[in-house]
Amino acid sequence: MAEAAHSAHEGDTTRRDFIYIAAGSVAAVGVAATAWPFIDQMNPAADTRALSTTEVDLSAIPEGQQIKAMWQGKPVFVRHRTPEEIAAAQRDDYANLKDPQHDADRLVQEDGQPGKAEWLILQASCTHLGCIPTFAEGAYHGWFCPCHGSVYDTSGRIRSGPAPKNLYVAPYVFTNDTTIRIG
Amino acid sequence: MSGPSTYEPKSGITRWLDRRLPILRLAHDSFVAYPTPRNLNYWWTFGAMLSLCLIVQIVTGIVLAMHYVPHIDHAFASVQRLERDVPFGWLIQNIHAVGASMFFLAVYIHMFRGLYYGSYKAPRELLWILGCVIYLLMVATGFLGYTLPWGQMSFWGATVITNLLGALPLIGESIKNWLSGGFSIDQPTINRFFSLHYLLPFVIAGVVGLHVWALHEAGQNNPVGIEVKSKADTVPFTPHATIKDLFATTLFVILFAVFVFYMPDSLGHADNFIPANPLQTPPEIVPEWYLLPFYAILRAFDFNIGPIDSKLAGVLAMFASIGVMFLLPWLDTSRVRSMRYRPIARQFFVIFAVVCFALGWCGGQNPGRILFKVAPFSATMNWVTGGQVTERSIRATSESEWQQAADAAVAELRSQGAGMTAVTREGATSGRITGVIGGNQQTRVVSGDTSELLEEHITEVKQEVGPATPFFAVERSSPARFTVTNFSLLLTFYYFLFFLVILPVLGLRERPERVPDTIAKPVTQGAS
Ligand code: HEM
Ligand code: FES
Repeated sequence: MAEAAHSAHEGDTTRRDFIYIAAGSVAAVGVAATAWPFIDQMNPAADTRALSTTEVDLSAIPEGQQIKAMWQGKPVFVRHRTPEEIAAAQRDDYANLKDPQHDADRLVQEDGQPGKAEWLILQASCTHLGCIPTFAEGAYHGWFCPCHGSVYDTSGRIRSGPAPKNLYVAPYVFTNDTTIRIG
Repeated sequence: MSGPSTYEPKSGITRWLDRRLPILRLAHDSFVAYPTPRNLNYWWTFGAMLSLCLIVQIVTGIVLAMHYVPHIDHAFASVQRLERDVPFGWLIQNIHAVGASMFFLAVYIHMFRGLYYGSYKAPRELLWILGCVIYLLMVATGFLGYTLPWGQMSFWGATVITNLLGALPLIGESIKNWLSGGFSIDQPTINRFFSLHYLLPFVIAGVVGLHVWALHEAGQNNPVGIEVKSKADTVPFTPHATIKDLFATTLFVILFAVFVFYMPDSLGHADNFIPANPLQTPPEIVPEWYLLPFYAILRAFDFNIGPIDSKLAGVLAMFASIGVMFLLPWLDTSRVRSMRYRPIARQFFVIFAVVCFALGWCGGQNPGRILFKVAPFSATMNWVTGGQVTERSIRATSESEWQQAADAAVAELRSQGAGMTAVTREGATSGRITGVIGGNQQTRVVSGDTSELLEEHITEVKQEVGPATPFFAVERSSPARFTVTNFSLLLTFYYFLFFLVILPVLGLRERPERVPDTIAKPVTQGAS
């Protein structure tokens, strides 16, 4: 009997603790569950995400030129490279690169298929602070970023200046011989 | 509050009100009878101007919001319409845009005042920290507001700043998309920026309430930095502080008016009169003048520090430069508040102020700009005229042996009398070597003031010598030089040194001058 009374007394305090902890936990979960919708609403909405593919007709781009296609509100370089530009890009695969990458690896389509050497599809955003580099300028005739002077080669690899990385490849696939889909 | 209330309602109505809502009593105790140190100088009048600025921004802002359209296709035009078509829109828009600059001008003076007179020391730590919170909110509000007119600087400033957050490891990209509501600065961004730009000034107003409350609890600091000890040390707020604030604020308003009426756009950037174009970056992206020092800190790093890349280092330093202000009350170890009695600290303070201005200057410059260099950029060009060109292929047995194979090929060709050789790698294990055997070796040194000029000179020489020459060996040498980026780094270093080393160490080491016993003493005796 004495034993039972003792444990009942003990049980009292544990039960109280349990209530505190349980109430506290429910409150914490409640606060988090209430806060989350208010935080998450700021993430890209369904229509913004749905707009995230773009088709580009390549037949309109002459050799040696590029166009800027809009994808997800950001420009993408679609560059029709000349044989000399391709040769320069491939030759420099083994040059001293800040962010080493082979030209062929930068052409790979989103589904893993190899790309075509004439077509280079890159995000048009300098990897330093996001300016748009200008076409066919700089020592390597790839791109030159006017903001802080980053120089990219004809494969879009960073060759000098403050940018840390190569221009990012935009995810794309060839839907037929003259059309690509970005995103 | 100091002492019991001395308010005595005079009429029946005020007596009735005082029993129910003693708001007049609060006003009387805070702005009439409130005792202020009798030695306050004009540096203590900026708080009044700041209150005015906040009211001006809110009133003009609410009016702007009645005409402004937060849409990427209409925002720019709606601000133009405000300036041209809306009755007095030009006035209200200019007051708001200039007002932001005046607000920051006043807040910077207010902050330097606090720093110089040690107004952050006990018992005013929270007062100072609330001030830092207000400053952070002001920066956020100013940044959000600057994107609203949707000019080129608006758009690209927002792009650069949100991209910075992308530098944070792991979470950076998600935070960036969360903030802009998409994958770039676009319609969702302008909409939420407008909403938040409308909201934050009211949050500021709330924190200002706490700031003033904390001020009235701890009492004002003063130029000698000692506490009020008796009634002789103080004078009532009205008329003394009221009139002084009014006079100083009038001068401030005159300056404000000069900008509004004579040079409303001088503080902004011309590129913001070009509508935002996501396809084209302006040649240089700079924030508003009041954020330039932080922009300089952000760009001060052009090298990686261990695992932290240069971009992240800049972001961390920029946040730390504001964060360190929050810790100031505990970083300064001196027992003496006012730098008036700290001769050494005073000198470091002056350097600090100069450093802040210099950082502001750096923030507006192209970071690559060269300030000093020991010599011009130069290049030694070698080529061979005449002779016989040979070309061979190189094969290495494996990728790792490429270098040996290439070296061997060079040695071989040289041993056959080649004066010049060039190796081009074409694949993992293959390449080509070209060499000229015989002929006349030629050398020329060219130089230029910048690396671009040097490249131009090199091209000139190549054209002059002609395409008949098989190739050139160009050895470029860049002189040791000091750029805006290097300068920013040096200044950033002092900025942190001041807070993290100088103030803590100096407080323990320095021998302050004799501080007067009371506030009243130097005032009343100094006169006689
Ligand atoms: C802490 C106070 C505030 C600061 C520092 C501030 C700052 C700014 C700045 C720098 C701009 C850009 C002006 C330009 O370049 O033309 C701006 C624009 C704007 N602000 Fe504010 N603002 C404040 C309060 C408010 C408030 C309270 C509202 C509304 C309730 C408001 C509404 C607007 C609107 C609609 C614009 C866009 C129109 C324009 O550019 O003139 N602001 N603000
Ligand atoms: S954004 Fe391109 S170099 Fe800075």
